[in-house]
Amino acid sequence: MPATEFTPLTALLGGAMIGLSAVLLMAFQGRIAGISGIVSRLFPPYTDNAFLGRLAFVAGLIAGPFVVMAATGAPIAQTVPTSTPLLIIAGLLVGFGAVWGNGCTSGHGVCGVSRLSVRSLAATITFMGTGVLTVLFARHVIGG
Amino acid sequence: MSILIQLAIGLLFGAGLAISGMAAPAKVTNFLDLAGQFDPSLAFVMGGAVIVAFIGFRLVLVRARPVFAPSFNLPTSRTIDRRLLLGAGLFGIGWGLAGFCPGPALTSIGLGAPGTFIFVPAMLVGMVAARLLAQGGATVAFAAK
Repeated sequence: MPATEFTPLTALLGGAMIGLSAVLLMAFQGRIAGISGIVSRLFPPYTDNAFLGRLAFVAGLIAGPFVVMAATGAPIAQTVPTSTPLLIIAGLLVGFGAVWGNGCTSGHGVCGVSRLSVRSLAATITFMGTGVLTVLFARHVIGG
Repeated sequence: MSILIQLAIGLLFGAGLAISGMAAPAKVTNFLDLAGQFDPSLAFVMGGAVIVAFIGFRLVLVRARPVFAPSFNLPTSRTIDRRLLLGAGLFGIGWGLAGFCPGPALTSIGLGAPGTFIFVPAMLVGMVAARLLAQGGATVAFAAK
């Protein structure tokens, strides 16, 4: 796996934009900006009438990088894994786990932690922990 | 109007993810790689987001109600149960394997990397499966009463 450059300033700026987005969703819609919650509720069963709003949010999420590329004139660097079985297993685990645990990096990690929710703090410590162990195992035990 | 506002808020979230570098799975897995190619950027993304949200939520939640909804819809549970920890644990394993979580994976769709088109459908299947299983469990509990 190649090294990546430590980018503290753009990380802080991008993070602040994510935080502001979460604050605005609370101010306008009164809802937590949890991506797994918003996306999973695009599928039935529907328990409220907020479908179009969720769809608009996801459309904005997908359009976001294009606005950045238009503004900066530079492409967005990406290195996505290429192993199909790995991507399928990882996708299933991420989707299932996020909904089963009622949140992901945004809902628990950003919104919950900033609300000082003990549940979200426990979830964040747990997924950070299993994430670190998974990379440790995959790169240094198997891949070593 | 509410729909347009939500489009703009989603756009801000997606642009933030793109600027932060988190649309690149390698930066995420390198953050988790404490023993190897450690890249602390993700901690700065989380830090920036949490600082803004910590202050912003306090300013917003003293208001009587949101602009477009009758009340604030906040999670009230404080119980740390097995379901929460199991879900978060499985999520972290998938996150560590591919370096994608739901937000960055969706934000990456338009960037066109082939792996994204495998990861995102699998993630949606996992999400729907968890909702169906949760609902099935609720039905069983109801039937048992």
